Amino acid sequence: MASLSELYQNVILEHNRSPRNYRAMDEADRHAEGHNPLCGDHLTVWVRVDGDVIGDVSFLGAGCAISKASASLMTGAVKGKTRQEAAALFERFHKLVTGTLPAGESTNLGKLAVFSGVSEFPIRVKCASLSWHTLKAALEGGQGNRRAGGPT
Amino acid sequence: MTATATPVLDVERLREDFPILSQRVRGKPLVYLDNAATSQKPRSVIDAVTRFYSAENANIHRGVYYLSERATVAYEAARERVAGFLNAASPREIVFTRGTTEAINLVAQSWGRSALRAGDELLITGMEHHSNIVPWQLLAAQTGATVRAVPITDTGELDLDAFDRLLGDRTRLLAVGHVSNALGTINPVRVLVDRAHARGVVTLVDGAQSAPHLPVDVQALGCDFFAFSGHKLFGPTGVGALYGRAALLEQMPPWQGGGDMIETVTLERSTFAQPPARFEAGTPMIAEVIGLGAALDYVESVGRPAIAAWEEELLACATERVREIDGVRLIGTAREKASVLSFVVEGVHPHDVGAVLDDDGIAIRTGHHCAQPVMRHFGVPATARASFAFYNTRDEIDALARGIRRVRTLFA
Repeated sequence: MASLSELYQNVILEHNRSPRNYRAMDEADRHAEGHNPLCGDHLTVWVRVDGDVIGDVSFLGAGCAISKASASLMTGAVKGKTRQEAAALFERFHKLVTGTLPAGESTNLGKLAVFSGVSEFPIRVKCASLSWHTLKAALEGGQGNRRAGGPT
Repeated sequence: MTATATPVLDVERLREDFPILSQRVRGKPLVYLDNAATSQKPRSVIDAVTRFYSAENANIHRGVYYLSERATVAYEAARERVAGFLNAASPREIVFTRGTTEAINLVAQSWGRSALRAGDELLITGMEHHSNIVPWQLLAAQTGATVRAVPITDTGELDLDAFDRLLGDRTRLLAVGHVSNALGTINPVRVLVDRAHARGVVTLVDGAQSAPHLPVDVQALGCDFFAFSGHKLFGPTGVGALYGRAALLEQMPPWQGGGDMIETVTLERSTFAQPPARFEAGTPMIAEVIGLGAALDYVESVGRPAIAAWEEELLACATERVREIDGVRLIGTAREKASVLSFVVEGVHPHDVGAVLDDDGIAIRTGHHCAQPVMRHFGVPATARASFAFYNTRDEIDALARGIRRVRTLFA
Protein backbone atom coordinates (compact mmCIF):
# COMPACT_ATOMS: atom_id res chain seq x y z
CA MET A 1 0.00 0.00 0.00
CA ALA A 2 1.17 3.47 -0.85
CA SER A 3 2.75 5.04 2.16
CA LEU A 4 3.49 8.68 2.75
CA SER A 5 6.78 7.92 4.53
CA GLU A 6 7.97 5.91 1.51
CA LEU A 7 7.24 8.89 -0.72
CA TYR A 8 8.79 11.49 1.57
CA GLN A 9 11.92 9.69 2.71
CA ASN A 10 14.25 11.68 4.95
CA VAL A 11 16.82 12.12 2.20
CA ILE A 12 14.14 13.72 0.02
CA LEU A 13 12.96 16.03 2.80
CA GLU A 14 16.55 17.03 3.52
CA HIS A 15 17.39 17.78 -0.14
CA ASN A 16 14.13 19.76 -0.40
CA ARG A 17 15.22 21.88 2.58
CA SER A 18 18.78 22.32 1.35
CA PRO A 19 19.02 21.60 -2.35
CA ARG A 20 22.57 21.01 -3.66
CA ASN A 21 23.96 22.90 -6.66
CA TYR A 22 21.05 25.31 -6.31
CA ARG A 23 22.43 28.27 -8.24
CA ALA A 24 22.68 29.80 -11.68
CA MET A 25 25.94 28.98 -13.46
CA ASP A 26 27.72 31.78 -15.30
CA GLU A 27 30.26 29.48 -16.90
CA ALA A 28 27.64 27.03 -18.20
CA ASP A 29 27.77 26.41 -21.93
CA ARG A 30 24.15 25.35 -22.12
CA HIS A 31 20.94 25.43 -20.14
CA ALA A 32 17.33 24.39 -20.53
CA GLU A 33 14.03 25.29 -18.93
CA GLY A 34 11.61 22.66 -17.78
CA HIS A 35 7.96 23.39 -17.25
CA ASN A 36 5.03 21.34 -16.05
CA PRO A 37 1.97 23.27 -17.25
CA LEU A 38 -0.35 21.10 -15.19
CA CYS A 39 1.05 22.15 -11.83
CA GLY A 40 3.05 25.26 -12.69
CA ASP A 41 6.40 23.77 -11.64
CA HIS A 42 9.33 25.19 -13.53
CA LEU A 43 13.09 24.96 -13.28
CA THR A 44 16.23 25.83 -15.18
CA VAL A 45 19.15 23.40 -15.45
CA TRP A 46 22.62 24.70 -16.34
CA VAL A 47 25.38 22.41 -17.63
CA ARG A 48 29.04 22.83 -18.41
CA VAL A 49 30.28 20.03 -20.64
CA ASP A 50 34.03 19.30 -20.71
CA GLY A 51 34.68 17.13 -23.74
CA ASP A 52 32.11 14.40 -23.25
CA VAL A 53 31.91 14.74 -19.49
CA ILE A 54 29.39 16.73 -17.47
CA GLY A 55 31.86 19.00 -15.71
CA ASP A 56 29.31 20.91 -13.68
CA VAL A 57 25.53 21.04 -13.37
CA SER A 58 23.22 23.27 -11.36
CA PHE A 59 19.56 24.25 -11.16
CA LEU A 60 17.08 26.82 -9.86
CA GLY A 61 13.33 26.68 -9.82
CA ALA A 62 10.04 26.31 -8.01
CA GLY A 63 8.37 23.00 -7.42
CA CYS A 64 7.26 20.47 -4.85
CA ALA A 65 9.60 18.56 -2.53
CA ILE A 66 9.74 15.61 -4.92
CA SER A 67 10.68 17.80 -7.87
CA LYS A 68 13.23 19.86 -5.96
CA ALA A 69 14.89 16.90 -4.23
CA SER A 70 15.00 15.02 -7.51
CA ALA A 71 16.77 17.90 -9.22
CA SER A 72 19.19 18.24 -6.31
CA LEU A 73 20.05 14.53 -6.22
CA MET A 74 20.29 14.46 -10.00
CA THR A 75 22.97 17.13 -10.04
CA GLY A 76 25.05 15.07 -7.61
CA ALA A 77 24.47 11.87 -9.55
CA VAL A 78 25.44 13.08 -13.02
CA LYS A 79 28.36 15.38 -12.23
CA GLY A 80 31.52 13.79 -13.63
CA LYS A 81 29.55 11.31 -15.73
CA THR A 82 29.68 11.16 -19.54
CA ARG A 83 26.57 12.09 -21.48
CA GLN A 84 25.94 8.42 -22.24
CA GLU A 85 26.25 7.45 -18.59
CA ALA A 86 23.85 10.23 -17.63
CA ALA A 87 21.36 9.11 -20.29
CA ALA A 88 21.55 5.52 -19.08
CA LEU A 89 21.06 6.68 -15.48
CA PHE A 90 17.93 8.64 -16.51
CA GLU A 91 16.57 5.53 -18.17
CA ARG A 92 17.02 3.49 -15.01
CA PHE A 93 15.65 6.31 -12.85
CA HIS A 94 12.57 6.61 -15.06
CA LYS A 95 11.96 2.88 -14.71
CA LEU A 96 12.35 3.20 -10.95
CA VAL A 97 9.73 5.96 -10.57
CA THR A 98 7.32 4.30 -12.98
CA GLY A 99 7.67 0.97 -11.18
CA THR A 100 9.09 -0.87 -14.20
CA LEU A 101 12.61 -1.49 -12.91
CA PRO A 102 13.32 -5.22 -12.53
CA ALA A 103 13.74 -6.23 -8.88
CA GLY A 104 17.30 -5.90 -7.62
CA GLU A 105 18.35 -3.26 -10.12
CA SER A 106 17.67 -0.35 -7.81
CA THR A 107 20.94 -1.11 -6.04
CA ASN A 108 22.99 0.51 -8.81
CA LEU A 109 21.00 3.75 -8.59
CA GLY A 110 22.80 4.89 -5.46
CA LYS A 111 21.00 7.68 -3.57
CA LEU A 112 18.43 7.95 -6.36
CA ALA A 113 16.82 4.78 -4.96
CA VAL A 114 15.03 7.01 -2.39
CA PHE A 115 12.54 7.83 -5.15
CA SER A 116 11.23 4.26 -5.29
CA GLY A 117 8.09 5.36 -3.39
CA VAL A 118 7.08 7.61 -6.27
CA SER A 119 5.90 4.62 -8.31
CA GLU A 120 3.00 4.25 -5.87
CA PHE A 121 1.88 7.81 -6.70
CA PRO A 122 1.63 7.91 -10.51
CA ILE A 123 0.71 11.60 -10.54
CA ARG A 124 4.06 12.46 -8.95
CA VAL A 125 6.16 10.76 -11.67
CA LYS A 126 6.17 14.06 -13.54
CA CYS A 127 7.51 15.84 -10.46
CA ALA A 128 10.35 13.39 -10.07
CA SER A 129 11.35 13.37 -13.73
CA LEU A 130 11.01 17.05 -14.68
CA SER A 131 14.65 17.89 -13.88
CA TRP A 132 15.90 14.85 -15.80
CA HIS A 133 13.90 15.77 -18.88
CA THR A 134 15.29 19.26 -18.60
CA LEU A 135 18.87 18.01 -18.29
CA LYS A 136 18.29 15.82 -21.34
CA ALA A 137 16.99 18.80 -23.30
CA ALA A 138 20.06 20.82 -22.31
CA LEU A 139 22.48 18.04 -23.29
CA GLU A 140 20.77 17.16 -26.55
CA GLY A 141 20.11 20.73 -27.56
CA GLY A 142 23.71 21.72 -27.93
CA GLN A 143 24.83 25.10 -26.73
CA GLY A 144 22.33 27.75 -25.75
CA ASN A 145 18.88 27.64 -24.24
CA ARG A 146 16.34 24.86 -24.74
CA ARG A 147 12.91 24.15 -23.41
CA ALA A 148 11.81 20.79 -22.13
CA GLY A 149 8.21 20.11 -23.06
CA GLY A 150 5.63 18.44 -20.88
CA PRO A 151 7.51 15.57 -19.26
CA THR A 152 6.08 12.12 -19.02
CA MET B 1 -20.78 30.05 15.91
CA THR B 2 -23.42 32.72 15.72
CA ALA B 3 -27.04 31.73 15.70
CA THR B 4 -28.92 32.59 12.54
CA ALA B 5 -32.59 32.85 11.72
CA THR B 6 -32.17 30.18 9.05
CA PRO B 7 -32.79 26.65 10.34
CA VAL B 8 -29.53 24.74 10.60
CA LEU B 9 -29.20 21.98 8.05
CA ASP B 10 -29.37 18.39 9.15
CA VAL B 11 -26.02 17.75 7.52
CA GLU B 12 -25.63 14.16 8.72
CA ARG B 13 -28.94 13.22 7.13
CA LEU B 14 -28.14 15.09 3.92
CA ARG B 15 -24.79 13.31 3.64
CA GLU B 16 -26.69 10.02 3.37
CA ASP B 17 -28.07 11.27 0.05
CA PHE B 18 -24.53 11.17 -1.40
CA PRO B 19 -23.35 7.56 -1.82
CA ILE B 20 -19.72 8.51 -2.47
CA LEU B 21 -19.31 10.33 0.85
CA SER B 22 -19.57 7.22 2.99
CA GLN B 23 -16.47 5.57 1.57
CA ARG B 24 -13.02 5.35 3.07
CA VAL B 25 -9.92 6.32 1.10
CA ARG B 26 -6.42 5.30 2.14
CA GLY B 27 -8.04 3.71 5.17
CA LYS B 28 -9.60 6.97 6.40
CA PRO B 29 -13.11 8.40 5.99
CA LEU B 30 -13.24 10.51 2.83
CA VAL B 31 -13.13 14.24 3.57
CA TYR B 32 -14.09 15.84 0.28
CA LEU B 33 -13.03 19.49 0.20
CA ASP B 34 -12.63 20.04 -3.53
CA ASN B 35 -16.13 21.19 -4.31
CA ALA B 36 -15.00 24.17 -6.36
CA ALA B 37 -13.47 21.69 -8.82
CA THR B 38 -16.53 19.47 -8.90
CA SER B 39 -19.26 18.53 -6.48
CA GLN B 40 -20.52 15.09 -5.49
CA LYS B 41 -23.86 13.80 -6.73
CA PRO B 42 -26.94 12.94 -4.68
CA ARG B 43 -28.69 9.64 -5.32
CA SER B 44 -31.63 11.45 -6.93
CA VAL B 45 -29.34 12.74 -9.70
CA ILE B 46 -27.67 9.36 -10.22
CA ASP B 47 -31.12 7.75 -10.30
CA ALA B 48 -32.48 10.30 -12.79
CA VAL B 49 -29.66 9.56 -15.23
CA THR B 50 -29.99 5.80 -14.72
CA ARG B 51 -33.78 5.97 -15.11
CA PHE B 52 -33.43 7.89 -18.34
CA TYR B 53 -31.12 5.32 -19.88
CA SER B 54 -33.09 2.41 -18.43
CA ALA B 55 -36.57 3.51 -19.43
CA GLU B 56 -36.74 6.75 -21.40
CA ASN B 57 -33.78 6.97 -23.77
CA ALA B 58 -34.62 8.34 -27.21
CA ASN B 59 -33.47 11.29 -29.25
CA ILE B 60 -35.40 14.50 -28.73
CA HIS B 61 -37.21 16.96 -31.00
CA ARG B 62 -37.38 14.32 -33.73
CA GLY B 63 -39.59 11.31 -33.23
CA VAL B 64 -43.36 11.14 -33.18
CA TYR B 65 -43.20 8.04 -31.04
CA TYR B 66 -43.85 7.70 -27.34
CA LEU B 67 -40.29 7.50 -26.02
CA SER B 68 -39.03 10.44 -28.06
CA GLU B 69 -41.94 12.52 -26.88
CA ARG B 70 -41.24 11.62 -23.27
CA ALA B 71 -37.52 12.41 -23.65
CA THR B 72 -38.35 15.74 -25.28
CA VAL B 73 -40.76 16.66 -22.53
CA ALA B 74 -38.19 15.75 -19.85
CA TYR B 75 -35.45 17.75 -21.61
CA GLU B 76 -37.63 20.84 -21.99
CA ALA B 77 -38.88 20.49 -18.43
CA ALA B 78 -35.25 20.74 -17.30
CA ARG B 79 -34.95 23.98 -19.27
CA GLU B 80 -37.89 25.35 -17.32
CA ARG B 81 -36.24 24.23 -14.09
CA VAL B 82 -33.06 26.13 -15.01
CA ALA B 83 -35.06 29.22 -15.94
CA GLY B 84 -36.81 29.06 -12.58
CA PHE B 85 -33.55 28.45 -10.73
CA LEU B 86 -32.01 31.60 -12.21
CA ASN B 87 -35.30 33.54 -12.26
CA ALA B 88 -34.99 34.08 -16.01
CA ALA B 89 -38.04 35.69 -17.60
CA SER B 90 -38.53 32.74 -19.93
CA PRO B 91 -37.13 29.24 -20.65
CA ARG B 92 -36.34 30.54 -24.14
CA GLU B 93 -33.51 32.46 -22.51
CA ILE B 94 -31.77 29.23 -21.42
CA VAL B 95 -29.31 27.54 -23.79
CA PHE B 96 -27.87 24.19 -22.73
CA THR B 97 -24.12 23.88 -23.17
CA ARG B 98 -21.39 21.48 -22.07
CA GLY B 99 -20.63 23.80 -19.19
CA THR B 100 -19.54 27.30 -18.27
CA THR B 101 -16.56 27.21 -20.60
CA GLU B 102 -18.66 26.38 -23.63
CA ALA B 103 -21.26 28.98 -22.64
CA ILE B 104 -18.63 31.72 -22.56
CA ASN B 105 -17.13 30.56 -25.85
CA LEU B 106 -20.63 30.65 -27.35
CA VAL B 107 -21.06 34.29 -26.39
CA ALA B 108 -17.56 35.17 -27.60
CA GLN B 109 -17.97 33.50 -30.97
CA SER B 110 -21.62 34.33 -31.66
CA TRP B 111 -22.24 37.71 -30.05
CA GLY B 112 -18.62 38.80 -30.07
CA ARG B 113 -17.69 38.08 -33.66
CA SER B 114 -20.80 39.79 -34.99
CA ALA B 115 -20.73 42.79 -32.65
CA LEU B 116 -17.06 43.73 -32.28
CA ARG B 117 -14.88 45.93 -34.45
CA ALA B 118 -11.17 46.63 -34.38
CA GLY B 119 -10.35 49.00 -31.53
CA ASP B 120 -13.21 47.83 -29.30
CA GLU B 121 -12.35 46.82 -25.77
CA LEU B 122 -13.36 43.83 -23.67
CA LEU B 123 -13.13 44.31 -19.93
CA ILE B 124 -12.38 41.34 -17.69
CA THR B 125 -10.77 41.20 -14.23
CA GLY B 126 -7.50 39.99 -12.78
CA MET B 127 -9.21 37.21 -10.85
CA GLU B 128 -10.90 35.41 -13.72
CA HIS B 129 -10.65 31.67 -14.37
CA HIS B 130 -8.84 30.91 -17.62
CA SER B 131 -12.23 30.10 -19.14
CA ASN B 132 -13.23 33.75 -18.75
CA ILE B 133 -9.91 35.01 -20.16
CA VAL B 134 -8.88 32.84 -23.08
CA PRO B 135 -12.16 32.96 -25.09
CA TRP B 136 -11.90 36.77 -25.05
CA GLN B 137 -8.25 36.67 -26.11
CA LEU B 138 -9.21 34.42 -29.03
CA LEU B 139 -12.03 36.81 -29.91
CA ALA B 140 -9.69 39.81 -29.68
CA ALA B 141 -7.26 38.15 -32.08
CA GLN B 142 -10.12 37.50 -34.50
CA THR B 143 -11.63 40.98 -34.39
CA GLY B 144 -8.82 43.38 -33.55
CA ALA B 145 -10.40 44.17 -30.19
CA THR B 146 -8.32 44.53 -27.01
CA VAL B 147 -8.74 42.74 -23.68
CA ARG B 148 -8.24 44.84 -20.56
CA ALA B 149 -8.34 43.65 -16.97
CA VAL B 150 -9.51 45.29 -13.74
CA PRO B 151 -6.68 44.86 -11.21
CA ILE B 152 -7.21 43.22 -7.83
CA THR B 153 -6.15 44.39 -4.40
CA ASP B 154 -3.98 42.52 -1.91
CA THR B 155 -7.03 41.17 -0.13
CA GLY B 156 -8.30 39.80 -3.42
CA GLU B 157 -11.05 42.32 -4.15
CA LEU B 158 -11.60 44.23 -7.35
CA ASP B 159 -10.14 47.73 -7.50
CA LEU B 160 -13.38 49.60 -8.18
CA ASP B 161 -11.66 52.93 -8.90
CA ALA B 162 -9.61 51.23 -11.57
CA PHE B 163 -12.78 49.60 -12.86
CA ASP B 164 -14.36 53.04 -13.33
CA ARG B 165 -11.28 54.27 -15.17
CA LEU B 166 -11.09 51.20 -17.42
CA LEU B 167 -14.79 51.27 -18.30
CA GLY B 168 -14.43 53.61 -21.26
CA ASP B 169 -16.00 54.74 -24.52
CA ARG B 170 -14.52 51.76 -26.36
CA THR B 171 -15.65 49.13 -23.86
CA ARG B 172 -18.19 46.81 -25.45
CA LEU B 173 -18.31 43.96 -22.95
CA LEU B 174 -17.77 43.36 -19.26
CA ALA B 175 -17.08 39.71 -18.41
CA VAL B 176 -16.71 39.07 -14.68
CA GLY B 177 -16.77 36.11 -12.33
CA HIS B 178 -19.49 36.21 -9.68
CA VAL B 179 -17.34 34.26 -7.20
CA SER B 180 -13.60 33.73 -7.72
CA ASN B 181 -12.64 30.06 -7.87
CA ALA B 182 -9.12 30.75 -6.62
CA LEU B 183 -9.89 33.31 -3.90
CA GLY B 184 -13.54 32.88 -2.99
CA THR B 185 -14.20 36.61 -3.43
CA ILE B 186 -17.83 37.49 -4.11
CA ASN B 187 -17.71 40.33 -6.60
CA PRO B 188 -20.26 43.18 -6.40
CA VAL B 189 -21.75 42.09 -9.69
CA ARG B 190 -24.90 44.19 -9.42
CA VAL B 191 -22.85 47.38 -9.03
CA LEU B 192 -20.51 46.48 -11.90
CA VAL B 193 -23.40 45.57 -14.20
CA ASP B 194 -25.22 48.81 -13.43
CA ARG B 195 -22.15 50.91 -14.19
CA ALA B 196 -21.51 48.97 -17.40
CA HIS B 197 -25.11 49.29 -18.55
CA ALA B 198 -25.03 53.03 -17.93
CA ARG B 199 -22.47 53.10 -20.72
CA GLY B 200 -24.30 50.65 -22.96
CA VAL B 201 -21.80 47.86 -22.25
CA VAL B 202 -23.00 44.24 -22.57
CA THR B 203 -22.38 42.15 -19.43
CA LEU B 204 -21.56 38.50 -18.86
CA VAL B 205 -21.35 36.91 -15.43
CA ASP B 206 -19.38 33.68 -14.96
CA GLY B 207 -21.52 31.94 -12.37
CA ALA B 208 -19.63 28.64 -12.21
CA GLN B 209 -18.72 29.25 -8.56
CA SER B 210 -21.76 31.24 -7.45
CA ALA B 211 -24.67 29.11 -8.66
CA PRO B 212 -23.79 26.22 -6.28
CA HIS B 213 -23.53 28.45 -3.23
CA LEU B 214 -25.64 31.60 -3.51
CA PRO B 215 -29.20 32.25 -4.60
CA VAL B 216 -28.91 33.67 -8.14
CA ASP B 217 -31.51 35.95 -9.72
CA VAL B 218 -30.42 37.07 -13.18
CA GLN B 219 -33.13 39.72 -13.35
CA ALA B 220 -32.01 41.22 -10.05
CA LEU B 221 -28.36 41.06 -11.15
CA GLY B 222 -29.40 42.68 -14.41
CA CYS B 223 -26.69 40.93 -16.45
CA ASP B 224 -27.13 40.14 -20.14
CA PHE B 225 -25.50 36.71 -19.92
CA PHE B 226 -24.96 34.29 -17.04
CA ALA B 227 -23.11 30.98 -17.38
CA PHE B 228 -22.89 28.03 -14.99
CA SER B 229 -21.89 24.36 -14.92
CA GLY B 230 -24.03 21.44 -13.80
CA HIS B 231 -21.25 19.36 -12.31
CA LYS B 232 -20.36 21.98 -9.70
CA LEU B 233 -24.05 22.11 -8.76
CA PHE B 234 -24.39 18.43 -7.79
CA GLY B 235 -25.39 17.52 -11.36
CA PRO B 236 -23.67 15.45 -14.05
CA THR B 237 -20.52 16.47 -15.88
CA GLY B 238 -20.81 17.64 -19.47
CA VAL B 239 -23.78 19.94 -19.00
CA GLY B 240 -24.25 23.58 -18.10
CA ALA B 241 -26.32 26.48 -19.27
CA LEU B 242 -26.13 29.95 -20.65
CA TYR B 243 -28.76 32.47 -19.70
CA GLY B 244 -29.01 35.18 -22.33
CA ARG B 245 -31.44 38.07 -22.42
CA ALA B 246 -33.99 37.25 -25.14
CA ALA B 247 -33.43 40.51 -27.03
CA LEU B 248 -29.72 39.69 -27.37
CA LEU B 249 -30.06 35.98 -28.14
CA GLU B 250 -32.53 36.78 -30.92
CA GLN B 251 -29.97 39.01 -32.66
CA MET B 252 -27.09 36.56 -32.36
CA PRO B 253 -26.00 34.33 -35.25
CA PRO B 254 -25.47 30.59 -34.81
CA TRP B 255 -22.03 29.52 -33.64
CA GLN B 256 -22.19 25.84 -34.52
CA GLY B 257 -24.15 24.42 -37.42
CA GLY B 258 -25.95 21.09 -37.55
CA GLY B 259 -29.19 19.35 -36.83
CA ASP B 260 -31.87 20.85 -34.61
CA MET B 261 -30.71 24.47 -35.02
CA ILE B 262 -32.27 25.10 -38.42
CA GLU B 263 -35.64 25.97 -39.95
CA THR B 264 -34.95 24.94 -43.53
CA VAL B 265 -31.85 23.67 -45.27
CA THR B 266 -31.16 23.58 -48.98
CA LEU B 267 -27.84 22.72 -50.53
CA GLU B 268 -27.27 26.43 -51.08
CA ARG B 269 -28.37 28.02 -47.83
CA SER B 270 -30.11 27.52 -44.53
CA THR B 271 -32.34 29.49 -42.23
CA PHE B 272 -32.03 29.14 -38.53
CA ALA B 273 -34.29 28.28 -35.65
CA GLN B 274 -35.22 30.77 -32.95
CA PRO B 275 -33.25 30.71 -29.69
CA PRO B 276 -32.52 28.62 -27.77
CA ALA B 277 -32.59 25.88 -30.46
CA ARG B 278 -30.43 28.08 -32.71
CA PHE B 279 -27.54 27.51 -30.29
CA GLU B 280 -28.03 23.80 -29.65
CA ALA B 281 -26.72 22.11 -32.79
CA GLY B 282 -26.72 18.33 -32.86
CA THR B 283 -28.01 15.84 -30.35
CA PRO B 284 -27.45 17.42 -26.95
CA MET B 285 -26.45 15.76 -23.68
CA ILE B 286 -30.01 14.64 -22.96
CA ALA B 287 -29.39 12.43 -19.94
CA GLU B 288 -27.12 15.05 -18.39
CA VAL B 289 -29.68 17.81 -18.87
CA ILE B 290 -32.28 15.66 -17.15
CA GLY B 291 -29.76 14.94 -14.39
CA LEU B 292 -29.17 18.67 -14.04
CA GLY B 293 -32.90 19.21 -13.61
CA ALA B 294 -32.86 16.63 -10.80
CA ALA B 295 -29.87 18.38 -9.21
CA LEU B 296 -31.70 21.71 -9.17
CA ASP B 297 -34.73 20.02 -7.62
CA TYR B 298 -32.44 18.59 -4.97
CA VAL B 299 -30.81 21.94 -4.21
CA GLU B 300 -34.19 23.62 -3.93
CA SER B 301 -35.40 20.88 -1.58
CA VAL B 302 -32.45 21.60 0.72
CA GLY B 303 -33.02 25.32 0.32
CA ARG B 304 -30.55 27.80 -1.11
CA PRO B 305 -30.73 30.30 1.77
CA ALA B 306 -30.01 27.47 4.24
CA ILE B 307 -27.13 26.23 2.06
CA ALA B 308 -25.62 29.71 1.91
CA ALA B 309 -25.98 30.19 5.66
CA TRP B 310 -24.38 26.85 6.56
CA GLU B 311 -21.52 27.34 4.10
CA GLU B 312 -20.88 30.78 5.55
CA GLU B 313 -20.51 29.16 8.96
CA LEU B 314 -18.21 26.48 7.55
CA LEU B 315 -16.02 29.04 5.81
CA ALA B 316 -15.81 31.23 8.91
CA CYS B 317 -14.91 28.21 11.04
CA ALA B 318 -12.29 26.97 8.55
CA THR B 319 -10.79 30.43 8.15
CA GLU B 320 -10.38 30.72 11.92
CA ARG B 321 -8.93 27.23 12.36
CA VAL B 322 -6.46 27.51 9.49
CA ARG B 323 -5.43 31.09 10.20
CA GLU B 324 -4.32 30.20 13.74
CA ILE B 325 -1.75 27.67 12.44
CA ASP B 326 1.77 29.14 12.42
CA GLY B 327 3.34 29.53 9.01
CA VAL B 328 0.06 29.49 7.09
CA ARG B 329 -0.86 32.41 4.85
CA LEU B 330 -4.37 32.81 3.52
CA ILE B 331 -4.59 33.86 -0.13
CA GLY B 332 -7.77 35.86 -0.60
CA THR B 333 -9.16 37.65 2.41
CA ALA B 334 -11.97 39.66 0.84
CA ARG B 335 -14.76 40.86 3.09
CA GLU B 336 -17.36 39.00 1.02
CA LYS B 337 -16.35 35.40 0.32
CA ALA B 338 -18.01 32.12 -0.50
CA SER B 339 -16.91 28.53 -0.04
CA VAL B 340 -13.22 28.83 -0.91
CA LEU B 341 -10.20 28.84 1.43
CA SER B 342 -6.93 29.22 -0.48
CA PHE B 343 -3.70 29.09 1.49
CA VAL B 344 0.02 28.43 1.36
CA VAL B 345 2.16 26.79 4.03
CA GLU B 346 5.49 28.53 4.49
CA GLY B 347 8.33 26.57 2.92
CA VAL B 348 6.10 23.76 1.68
CA HIS B 349 4.94 23.45 -1.90
CA PRO B 350 1.15 23.09 -2.20
CA HIS B 351 1.52 19.71 -3.94
CA ASP B 352 3.25 18.38 -0.88
CA VAL B 353 0.49 19.82 1.30
CA GLY B 354 -2.02 18.03 -0.92
CA ALA B 355 -0.13 14.74 -0.75
CA VAL B 356 0.04 14.78 3.05
CA LEU B 357 -3.67 15.64 3.35
CA ASP B 358 -4.49 12.91 0.84
CA ASP B 359 -2.77 10.43 3.12
CA ASP B 360 -5.40 11.42 5.71
CA GLY B 361 -8.22 10.89 3.22
CA ILE B 362 -8.65 14.62 2.67
CA ALA B 363 -9.20 15.79 -0.91
CA ILE B 364 -8.20 19.36 -1.64
CA ARG B 365 -7.05 21.05 -4.82
CA THR B 366 -3.47 22.18 -5.26
CA GLY B 367 -2.08 24.14 -8.16
CA HIS B 368 -2.86 27.34 -9.98
CA HIS B 369 -6.60 26.64 -10.19
CA CYS B 370 -6.70 27.72 -13.84
CA ALA B 371 -6.12 31.25 -12.57
CA GLN B 372 -2.45 31.88 -13.26
CA PRO B 373 -2.82 35.70 -13.23
CA VAL B 374 -4.13 35.44 -9.65
CA MET B 375 -1.13 33.35 -8.61
CA ARG B 376 1.19 35.89 -10.21
CA HIS B 377 -0.54 38.73 -8.36
CA PHE B 378 0.07 37.07 -5.00
CA GLY B 379 3.59 35.99 -5.94
CA VAL B 380 2.97 32.27 -5.45
CA PRO B 381 3.30 29.50 -8.04
CA ALA B 382 0.30 27.68 -6.65
CA THR B 383 -1.92 27.43 -3.59
CA ALA B 384 -3.67 24.74 -1.63
CA ARG B 385 -7.42 25.22 -1.77
CA ALA B 386 -10.12 23.77 0.40
CA SER B 387 -13.60 24.43 -0.96
CA PHE B 388 -16.81 23.57 0.78
CA ALA B 389 -20.30 22.35 0.01
CA PHE B 390 -23.31 22.14 2.31
CA TYR B 391 -22.55 18.47 3.04
CA ASN B 392 -19.27 19.33 4.74
CA THR B 393 -19.05 19.26 8.52
CA ARG B 394 -17.12 20.95 11.32
CA ASP B 395 -15.41 17.60 11.98
CA GLU B 396 -14.04 17.71 8.46
CA ILE B 397 -12.64 21.17 9.09
CA ASP B 398 -10.98 19.80 12.23
CA ALA B 399 -9.45 17.06 10.07
CA LEU B 400 -8.20 19.70 7.63
CA ALA B 401 -6.56 21.70 10.42
CA ARG B 402 -4.97 18.53 11.88
CA GLY B 403 -3.69 17.64 8.41
CA ILE B 404 -2.08 21.05 7.93
CA ARG B 405 -0.37 20.74 11.31
CA ARG B 406 0.95 17.34 10.19
CA VAL B 407 2.34 19.02 7.07
CA ARG B 408 4.13 21.54 9.27
CA THR B 409 5.63 18.74 11.40
CA LEU B 410 6.70 16.61 8.45
CA PHE B 411 8.38 19.47 6.59
CA ALA B 412 9.75 21.28 9.67
